[in-house]
Amino acid sequence: MMSVVWTHLKKDLRIEWRSKEAINSMLFFALLVVVLFSLAFDPRGSFAREIAGGVLSVATLFASASALNQAWAREIRHQVLDAQRMAPASGAALFLAKALANFLFVEIVQLLLAPVFLVMYNLRVEGEAWKLLLVLPLGTWALVANGTFFAALSIRSRNREMLLPLILFPIFIPALLAMVLSITAILTGESDPGLWIKLLFGYDIIFTTVCLLLFDVVLHAE
Amino acid sequence: MTSAASSVSCARIENVSKLFGSFAALRQVSAELEPGKCYVLVGENGAGKSTLLRILAGLLRPSHGSVRVFGEGEPHEVRERIGYMSHAAMLYDEFTGEENLRYFASLYAGRECLSPADALRQVGLDPELKRPVGQYSQGMRQRASLARVLLAQPELLLLDEPFSNMDVESVRQMVDLLARFRQANRTIVITTHQRDHAAPIADYVLTLKAGRVESLAPGSPTL
Repeated sequence: MMSVVWTHLKKDLRIEWRSKEAINSMLFFALLVVVLFSLAFDPRGSFAREIAGGVLSVATLFASASALNQAWAREIRHQVLDAQRMAPASGAALFLAKALANFLFVEIVQLLLAPVFLVMYNLRVEGEAWKLLLVLPLGTWALVANGTFFAALSIRSRNREMLLPLILFPIFIPALLAMVLSITAILTGESDPGLWIKLLFGYDIIFTTVCLLLFDVVLHAE
Repeated sequence: MTSAASSVSCARIENVSKLFGSFAALRQVSAELEPGKCYVLVGENGAGKSTLLRILAGLLRPSHGSVRVFGEGEPHEVRERIGYMSHAAMLYDEFTGEENLRYFASLYAGRECLSPADALRQVGLDPELKRPVGQYSQGMRQRASLARVLLAQPELLLLDEPFSNMDVESVRQMVDLLARFRQANRTIVITTHQRDHAAPIADYVLTLKAGRVESLAPGSPTL
């Protein structure tokens, strides 16, 4: 199965490398959210550290939603998905590769966003900064695993642009809260983010397993 | 409605109906497809040709009735032995023909596939062409799409309007290729509005009307 995952992943990365559609649109959107929030709240000092986790998570969420909506667009455009459905390869491999590709795109956007974010919010990390390297990938995976799954679920719907956020956002709330609270805990250094990181980890395992198990049903639904 | 009896049929369609909501795209269609024959499905728009093809491909399930392929099971259970070409290209615009085929070949692990270059040559495309499929003409797309289908050397080939947007010479080349394919005891089902194009290889012509089989008549193949 892993070789098939790698085949799909290579294909998605190569297409994105040539088109840069997903990363460009996400980056522009996320930058816009970060700048608008900085203008609206005039963040300084401890106040900046308190809201930074929320702003970063919401910027990632909104930016990803637009890209996730397009995640399966290439497969739908010329019925490539039908060719994939007819191949004797597992649907779970297709899902995993697509989720991994989306994960990498969002992580790249977060990496590019980070310096701008630090400068605009004048941030200084009071807690253990290395824990951000756990929180951000775990939170991002929670978002893209569910987003990739529900984007596939809604591709045959006429209102898919509306449908994805309507399904995804409520389901993502527990992970969003854990992400925001753990980032705030790390930035302020006032509490231990351990519990929230464990929650994110558990959330990721449960939802990834469910998505992997159900994806074949979604893929072959009429 | 069945074709001439055959001991082992390639596909057996029994009383298949397909409903989309309250609309019946197919109504109690029955047919038996023999190995090594070419069937041409004709009928007006909305007659149910593409729906029948998608059911044979395993992409749609019948609402009623059953389809058995290769005497083994439902189409989706033996999907690697079936090739389906839709009127959409089923290829990525961003990739060259060769890149597309290399990608699809790697999804057929364990099955003996043609090399992407060979498949492209068979349909008259240059494997060295570096242009992405998005910049191909419609005729070239059709050929690349056929190359994708031929890649896994399917035993049942389902082609939905393969001759649309093709010039006369390209149609002749495709018909020659399909004739060779059929001679290897593989079954072909073609839906088309251009009945004349498919006539040289048509062993049977199945006419659908409003979702029902109107007639199944022997063709007069010349290839």
